[in-house]
Amino acid sequence: MSTDYVLHMKGISKSFPGVKALSNVDFGLRKGEIHALMGENGAGKSTLIKTATGVYDWDSGEVRLAGRPIAPKSPLEAQQLGISTVYQEVNLCPNLTVAENIFIGRHPRKRGFIHWDKMYADSERLLERLDLYIDVKQPLSHYSVAIQQMVAIARAVDISNGILILDEPTSSLDANEVKQLFKVMRKLKQEGMGIVFVTHFLDQVYEVTDRITVLRNGTLVGEYVTSALSKTELVSHMIGREWSTEETAGMKAVEQISRDLFLQASTLGKRGSIYPIDLQIGKGEVLGLAGLLGSGRTEIAKLIFGIDKADEGILTIDGEQISSMYPQKAIQKGLGFTPEDRKVAGIVGELTIRENIVLALQARKGLFSFIPLRKQKEIANKYIELLKIKTPSAEQKIENLSGGNQQKVILARWLATQPKLLILDEPTRGIDVGSKMEIRKLILELAASGISILIISAELDEIVQCCNRIIVLRDRIKIGEVSGASMRENVIMEMIAKGAELYGKPGGIGA
Amino acid sequence: MKKVSLKISHNNIIVLATLLLLFILYGSGAALYKGFFSMQVFLNLFIDNAYLIIVATGMAFVIIKGGIDLSVASVVALISMVSAALFQQGANAFVVIFAALLIGTLFGAGQGYLIQRFQLHPWIVTLAGMFLARGISFLISTESIVISNPTFVLLSQHKIYVWEKNFITISVLIALAVVIAAILIGRYSSFGRAVYAIGGSEKSAILMGLPVARTTITVYTLSGLFSAIGGIVFTFYMLSGYSLHLMGMEMDAIASCVIGGILLTGGFGYLIGPTLGVLCTGIIQTIIMFQGTLSSWWTKITIGFLLFLFMAFQRIIVMRKEKSALPASKNKPNFENKVVNL
Repeated sequence: MSTDYVLHMKGISKSFPGVKALSNVDFGLRKGEIHALMGENGAGKSTLIKTATGVYDWDSGEVRLAGRPIAPKSPLEAQQLGISTVYQEVNLCPNLTVAENIFIGRHPRKRGFIHWDKMYADSERLLERLDLYIDVKQPLSHYSVAIQQMVAIARAVDISNGILILDEPTSSLDANEVKQLFKVMRKLKQEGMGIVFVTHFLDQVYEVTDRITVLRNGTLVGEYVTSALSKTELVSHMIGREWSTEETAGMKAVEQISRDLFLQASTLGKRGSIYPIDLQIGKGEVLGLAGLLGSGRTEIAKLIFGIDKADEGILTIDGEQISSMYPQKAIQKGLGFTPEDRKVAGIVGELTIRENIVLALQARKGLFSFIPLRKQKEIANKYIELLKIKTPSAEQKIENLSGGNQQKVILARWLATQPKLLILDEPTRGIDVGSKMEIRKLILELAASGISILIISAELDEIVQCCNRIIVLRDRIKIGEVSGASMRENVIMEMIAKGAELYGKPGGIGA
Repeated sequence: MKKVSLKISHNNIIVLATLLLLFILYGSGAALYKGFFSMQVFLNLFIDNAYLIIVATGMAFVIIKGGIDLSVASVVALISMVSAALFQQGANAFVVIFAALLIGTLFGAGQGYLIQRFQLHPWIVTLAGMFLARGISFLISTESIVISNPTFVLLSQHKIYVWEKNFITISVLIALAVVIAAILIGRYSSFGRAVYAIGGSEKSAILMGLPVARTTITVYTLSGLFSAIGGIVFTFYMLSGYSLHLMGMEMDAIASCVIGGILLTGGFGYLIGPTLGVLCTGIIQTIIMFQGTLSSWWTKITIGFLLFLFMAFQRIIVMRKEKSALPASKNKPNFENKVVNL
């Protein structure tokens, strides 16, 4: 066995009720390396990290720290062992000073009293190591997220004993800030620290890491040396399918119908969420957003629907320029949005199917024009029949339905408002194959009836099957658009893997 | 211990505003009324409000932690009642003081335990505590009981001359000691800093490994203890126990904290703040007293206006802070270059 591992996880398995989150996963972190942990959503990255940091217990397997088996029971215990984690969101106290955020819980003391001067001096010295020269006496909230992130890293570095875990630290940073972070990471690496780097951004992985471990569906795909793994290989490891550039299956008949524009966004963007993007959706068109997790798919939908406020750009709907979007206005303008996680953000489990269906309609009419019960029943039954929702009656609680049928209820909710544009975020995630097919068919039928549809999906075959046009995103930037003959899974995969250079060259260059 | 920075920053601006208000109020009182600008009038502010300073300082810890304690006034009434009742039984003054401190501490600890252990909302728990303490005082007696214990009378009436004929009482010394201790705890102890951290973000505090549960319970215990000390000082002041003492004083304590620059959302504020807040309301009361014809309810009206003013002021500062935390850089990365570099 190699002994140069600072952190070695062997044969880790972990089950949650009903789900096998990790099965027999190995992960080894060496001294002085930056090791990327990659995989799509649900691959088990965070579960693996959380076993090492004491948030979860594991069912079988072994974790060794510098050769010694450990079993941390809490994040605090893991910290005391020298494993510290920096999370995506900054877990510090914004009201305290920078220095105190670094030293709280471990204040330097003099005669029993906290020694503030020493604390300020120590934290200045610590931040200097990270090339950060800021006033440590200012409260943390005074600084940008990037600096807050850096302060979190400083704290982690000071606590850690050679192991640092960075869980998507870059997702809210801009390019320069990322560069700064990478400089720090390289410096720490040179000092001999082992760094686990979790990210969704391919470029960043290639820019800064030495090794990559890929997980998929809770199993280990493999550990690779970054310089020896091409991006196309990495993407296919992550997605779990090979593709050849020759593939032609799934090609659609080229149809070039000129459509009336329904929605247009120009340079719509939000700092820390999505870089300015242009997109148009025609009437009756199905537009797809493809990209890996974290590429900005959902963020675009949120901007259009007004859940997040864009801080630049113009949104035009039906020829009318919208200056400030919010969900209620979006609904009035004929937009509908089915969110990514329907359990959390879509269904109201306690209510009946009927109530869930009329929810959006009622919201649009306002609280004071109550829809009569008879009318509600009429609407509910109409859509239950139309969408073939399998339920004994409209008065069933929605939480008793299967995932596919719940999704149909949410579709029905928006269809009842007679929308002009439906935004579907992962409409078929977590539902069985039969229902998937039905929902996809339904989407095509809706489009044929003149409703514009924006689909966000991680499943490329779904996007290719349903859409007239696909916008490809990567690292929160629109890297291209495909339509017609070039709309094939392999083309999209290559675009994602290789970045913008491939745009407009269907058939592409091999890896 | 450290040099005081005189720079105006977001942090101390509210306290500075309160200080300014204090000077304006005192100055206008002195300008309007003959005899207002005297040492004793100023010292009386402390003598009359010593108990409130102590209770409000305890409340400040709770509010900074992100909680609230509505039971403080009832605890003070309960302490006055228990003391009076014990004296009726012929108890020793120091036994009474000890019992009072014990009752307050246990009462606070109990509330803290309920809030932490069952994750209950502090409004509900301390509201229950407020009814409970007030109810128990009625149980002891519905009548006012006069205290004639010689030790208490001596402690109550002993004058400490600070300047010629101007004096303070022992209560004022106790209040000042409590405030100084609170400032030291807040600034120089791990517990104090944990209180601020939890007020800033409880989730982060847990992830940073701070003893959140212990700190929460301790904060309410401390508030109970301070209420007990306040209760003893108030008993010195009134020399009687009465169940109806200080109805609604918990709101005065909260108001003093707010005027003193302690944010109700938690995490911000100086522990000298409540004292300044109490002095502000004290001066308003004194002005109205000197005026002579105004109803004493004008105190409440003025305090109401001041509260609105301070809340708005605090909000504006917080909002401006949020704005300035967003830097202007919106540069889009040069994606093409990045690809070529690889």
